[in-house]
Amino acid sequence: MGRFLLTVIRRDLLLAARRRGDWLTAQAFFVMVVSLFPLGIGADPQLLRSIGPGVVWVAALLASLLSLARLFADDHRDGSLEQMLLSPEPTVLIALGKALAHWLIYGLPLLAIAPLLGLQFALPAEAIGVLMASLAIGTPILSLLGSVGAALVLGLRGGGVLLTLIILPLYVPALIFGAGAVDATLAGTGAQAHLSLLGAFLLMCLVVSPWVAAAALRVSVE
Amino acid sequence: MAFNLYYYASPATFYGLAGRLIPWFGWGAALLTIIGLYIGLFVAPTDFQQGDAYRVIFIHVPAAWMGMFIYLVMAFWSAVGLAFKTRLSFMMARALAPTGAMFTFVALWTGALWGKPTWGTWWVWDARLTSTLILLFLYIGILALWSAIDDRQRGDKAGALLTLIGAVNVPIIYFSVQWWNTLHQGASIKPSGTSMDEIMLAGMLVMAFAAWFYAIAAALARVRSIILERERHTEWVKQILQG
Repeated sequence: MGRFLLTVIRRDLLLAARRRGDWLTAQAFFVMVVSLFPLGIGADPQLLRSIGPGVVWVAALLASLLSLARLFADDHRDGSLEQMLLSPEPTVLIALGKALAHWLIYGLPLLAIAPLLGLQFALPAEAIGVLMASLAIGTPILSLLGSVGAALVLGLRGGGVLLTLIILPLYVPALIFGAGAVDATLAGTGAQAHLSLLGAFLLMCLVVSPWVAAAALRVSVE
Repeated sequence: MAFNLYYYASPATFYGLAGRLIPWFGWGAALLTIIGLYIGLFVAPTDFQQGDAYRVIFIHVPAAWMGMFIYLVMAFWSAVGLAFKTRLSFMMARALAPTGAMFTFVALWTGALWGKPTWGTWWVWDARLTSTLILLFLYIGILALWSAIDDRQRGDKAGALLTLIGAVNVPIIYFSVQWWNTLHQGASIKPSGTSMDEIMLAGMLVMAFAAWFYAIAAALARVRSIILERERHTEWVKQILQG
């Protein structure tokens, strides 16, 4: 079972490595959305510091949705998804492997970019550290919950917008705890509580999402 | 004959039962609305703090209750449908969703109307308001998913899965929003804890029952048309439509 999971993850990593353009697009989207906010609301460092964590987090949600629309769609189009579902291995592992691979490809790089964006928003070093920690715990949630949405809208017309509609409300707790952790650091109350709750939400998503995503895949491909 | 639940789980028999129940609930809703509004608008005294503006609660509170409650009922029917593969359960979930979304919207709308004279603002990012808004987003997402899927079985199951994962999330969303709210604003604006006059409470309860009756009648009427649409190839539907 573990080997099957690794195979699914390795396959997606390999596919992503062969198509670097797609990968770069998602990261560039993240950077651009965040960088547009100071242009829209002004460059006052005090103001930027107070909105920075929220802006980075909202941009992370949108960037993850952008790439999630294709999570199963490419494999569905060329028929390989059906072959995977026909295999004797459990569908749950396919869903989990795909979500984990999505996080490695699209979630992890956000961690590397976030400190630069934090500097743009005049965040102090400590807050940048907490921002990275909150993204490290929070972005897997986005990939896991998003895999459910991606499986539900598989093959539908206008799937991308639909995915946004059905998944964004479910992202709300991750956004609140993630951005809240950085806000709490800035306010001097400590991020411990927020990060713990974010971690609890991650564990719940890790247990529940792959099963629902697997059920949704079965429904969508039938 | 004793009331047999399985007998009415078949769309063909439920169609007739729903048809017989609709007038009762429909007229019941109309009657209760008249009584409730009469109590609310004419009998109940003016609030000494909020003036007459408080009277919107006779619509607002029942609507907010129904918005939340209908979502739970939808989740229940979705779970039953996925577990037992009963066709009628998915139809009930579909029939309930528009009414639930409507009540949630009415709750937000009347809340804004109440907030302007009382709080001095149409909208605050209060925990309840925010979580009700997110509930409306959940309804919209489910309705959008249903309308995007042409295949009936896939739509039923996909909508049910989304409803259930939303239902798991609703308490988490509520508590996260509440916590976010207490962290962001120190002294939040809350109506003062005046105890409610008995006649006000009575009016509100009557209106709550009116909302219940209306929701049941609307859902039954909608489920009847869904049954007709889905079973249109069967003999009994052809007989009804011709006779």
